[in-house]
Amino acid sequence: MSSHTFKLNGRQITVEAEDDVRLLWVLRDLLGVTGPKHGCALGVCQACTSHINNRAFNPCSVPVSQIHPGDEITTIEGLPATVGKDLHPMQEAWLEHDVAQCGYCQPGQIMAAVAKVRQVAAEGREITDGDLDEIRNICRCGTYARIREAIKAGAKKM
Amino acid sequence: MAQRSRSPQHPDEAPDDRAGLDRRTVLGYLLAAPTLAVGVWVGADALDGQVAEAAVPSLPQPEDLFDLGDLQNLAAAPTAGLISVQVHSDGTASFAVPRAEVGQGMTTAVAMMIAEEMDLPLDKVRVTLADARPELLMNQLTGGSNSMRSIYLPVRTAAAVARQQLVSTAAGLWDVPASELTTRDGVVTYRSERSASYGSLATAAAGTRTTPVSAQLKSASQFTVLGTPRGRVDALDIATGRKQFGMDLQVPDAKPTMVRRPPTINGTVVSVLNTNTVRNMPGITDVAVVSHGVAVRGATFGQCIDALRALEVTWGPGTVDGESDDTVLAKLKAAALPMVVPPLLTERVDAEFTFAFASNSPLEPDNAIADVRSDRAEIWSSLKVPIVAQREIATQLGLPAESVTVHVVEGGGSFGRHLFHDVAAEAAEISQKMGKPVKLSWSRTDSFRQGRTHPMCVSRVRATYALGNVLSYEQRHTSVQTDFGHGLGEMITATAAALPVAGNLSFAETIFELTQSSPYDFGVTTQLLNEVPLRFNTGSMRNIYSPNVVCAQELVVDRLAAKMGKDPVAFRRAFLKDDRLRAVLDKAAEAGGWGASLPPGVAQGIGLHAEYRGGVAALVEIDCRPETVNRKVKDGVTGPRVSKALMVVDAGFAINPRGLEAQMMGGLQDAMAMCLTSSLHIKDGIPLEGSWDNYFYTRQWNAPLDLRVIVMPPTTGKPSGAGELGVAPAFAAIACAYARATGTMPTSFPINHGALGFEPLPLEPSTPQSPTDGLDRAY
Repeated sequence: MSSHTFKLNGRQITVEAEDDVRLLWVLRDLLGVTGPKHGCALGVCQACTSHINNRAFNPCSVPVSQIHPGDEITTIEGLPATVGKDLHPMQEAWLEHDVAQCGYCQPGQIMAAVAKVRQVAAEGREITDGDLDEIRNICRCGTYARIREAIKAGAKKM
Repeated sequence: MAQRSRSPQHPDEAPDDRAGLDRRTVLGYLLAAPTLAVGVWVGADALDGQVAEAAVPSLPQPEDLFDLGDLQNLAAAPTAGLISVQVHSDGTASFAVPRAEVGQGMTTAVAMMIAEEMDLPLDKVRVTLADARPELLMNQLTGGSNSMRSIYLPVRTAAAVARQQLVSTAAGLWDVPASELTTRDGVVTYRSERSASYGSLATAAAGTRTTPVSAQLKSASQFTVLGTPRGRVDALDIATGRKQFGMDLQVPDAKPTMVRRPPTINGTVVSVLNTNTVRNMPGITDVAVVSHGVAVRGATFGQCIDALRALEVTWGPGTVDGESDDTVLAKLKAAALPMVVPPLLTERVDAEFTFAFASNSPLEPDNAIADVRSDRAEIWSSLKVPIVAQREIATQLGLPAESVTVHVVEGGGSFGRHLFHDVAAEAAEISQKMGKPVKLSWSRTDSFRQGRTHPMCVSRVRATYALGNVLSYEQRHTSVQTDFGHGLGEMITATAAALPVAGNLSFAETIFELTQSSPYDFGVTTQLLNEVPLRFNTGSMRNIYSPNVVCAQELVVDRLAAKMGKDPVAFRRAFLKDDRLRAVLDKAAEAGGWGASLPPGVAQGIGLHAEYRGGVAALVEIDCRPETVNRKVKDGVTGPRVSKALMVVDAGFAINPRGLEAQMMGGLQDAMAMCLTSSLHIKDGIPLEGSWDNYFYTRQWNAPLDLRVIVMPPTTGKPSGAGELGVAPAFAAIACAYARATGTMPTSFPINHGALGFEPLPLEPSTPQSPTDGLDRAY
């Protein structure tokens, strides 16, 4: 067991865990942060998508020892604070388009959407259907059409 | 042409205005409670039994007269037990619905019913899921797309009686005639003189003993909530990560628990060689042998994965060890029932279609929390038949049923999976053996390999035609047996005498007969099921038999049209029995631009289906050009892309058109998956699929860029089922489009099943280790 220190949703925290425990379990099982969902633990379904230093990643696929004190982890719970509001524009777009069905994949979808929009913006482009085709997050309820609409709408307000 | 089939029109029951006020008078009970509580019998008022009309050229099939939802309503009719709406001092109303919410939008629709009849803002209605209530008998089963049909009247009744009681309470307090009071937004008003919020009246309106109270339901023309598009009531909680699924619940000391499973379906443990070593691994607290594996409990799921992988286990055989795709297919073909019409004299179409095993696994891995003590037990899980779960888990634990509390939690999808309580039962077994609370999660690989499947099936069709008429249509559906051992069987047993299905049909045959019928006037029509009893873990998957049966049917319809020189839409139009289906077909053809000129390799297809007293026409366009089919996506499949899709739905009365649209979208995606990409490959007694990169459910790169849903105006005035309604017609439309685009009628589904598009994960250990390269893939 060793101590791991990093910034989680704006707060510097320290948690005791074995080095190889994946960050997802540290968040969910040890810290009680359940916004990142457990969908496969294989880095495939992307339901746990969160941000590390503003980039999307899957905490199920990162041993906690790879997270360093200077790293900033943002989960869906901490997303609104990144824009200093109650809701991030992408979350607002999600409500406006009534995207969710069961909702299980949606925190991960929103986090992926925000990162994808930032990535495209950094390249100085508008988001295209080709960009949206690259999003791997599974929605087993199949609400992909509304996800696409919401990302396009959310991107305009980001 | 006769106007009857499984979406019959009910002019006598449609818009209540026609029948006058008396039809809207309903009865409920004022209950003894601290604040206002109103109860109604659930089930009896919901009956919408169907009556046969005059004869039609094709004799009616059972499903025309009486469908699965009618059966469920009938089974529910004589049950005791009330459901109740409660009004609280803070002005909110609450209702614990005896159904499961798994994404279908049931809680939103129920909240809308209560908001409508109470004149209460939607955000003041709280809908929760009821614990298992054995006194409701079988009226606590979420399945067969029956929820809206069975609770539409009871819930509205309770809400209307609650409103009525608030009004009469205010009238009494103010000493004015109740007829001069109005209600709006949770406030009772007398002219411009007095007003009181529901919250302020809730205590005064409460009953001290059970008293019958009557009230009037609103007529459809008075609706301001029902029939209008609304967002989900839990949308904000979902988008902020606050919504709690079973996997997220925190129950004291219920630590993460997983199971090492056998390398074949339903295998058993012979011996475990290193129990003590594994129990001493970091974070691990317990190891226990259970029915189908070895359970480990620890501080985190990650440490459970490490521990279960370290176990050294020898395994006994499973239930289908010798079976692979080809052995199962051979058994199915050998078991097909014979056709009756001889293949002579007339022209005919003969076709045979094979459908591979498919998984109904939702995105949230199977999970349950169990806290079993010596004298009682408490279970938390997403369960669609909690009463059966409670009874069977109690028996398994050796406890009286009343000592087992079963909480129904919201599920991250179901698609039929949560009809079974096997995960909850396993959690209970583990908790009892370890003597501690457990939070059991199956691994993703477990869910695909040992979870429930939609069984492989073969559908044979023979249709004969002459002189512009179809003379006969025979369909012989042969399937690996579907397990209905989750309560539906009991409903059938309890109501057998009332069913229009003769003889000693099995549960499965009865359900098949209640859900399947041809919508066309094709003369002598028979559709029969035969099952092969193989012990795979099967179950109902969204829309059960219909996606396969209707796909086969519609492909043959297209072929008949071609042989008879007719356009597919015009041909269907000419032979349809049902006006409602004809209307959705016409709408789809017109709005979807049927017959548009398209480049080679791109084609349209149309599919029709009626069930659950509703009907859908799907019109899709598929792109089978090489540049689309051969797109490369890492660890994914591309193939043909459904580039455009239109779903036209007649749901009788759409309670929430926005929710209905969502169900149509989801149905279309399931259809795309089943038709093109998603299947299980069975090899030596187990599926090879172990992750979402093996089981190719649709992803964004498969999704149509142009998807439209058209909700037809109300027809019957009564909500049909919706959650499963879109799958079958969309599946058929995609298959028909593929046949036209490629010039070859597909006969094996999904169309890419023949080529294994992935490297299978090892069978042992049963759960793969989580990756460590997450940071390398960040974007």
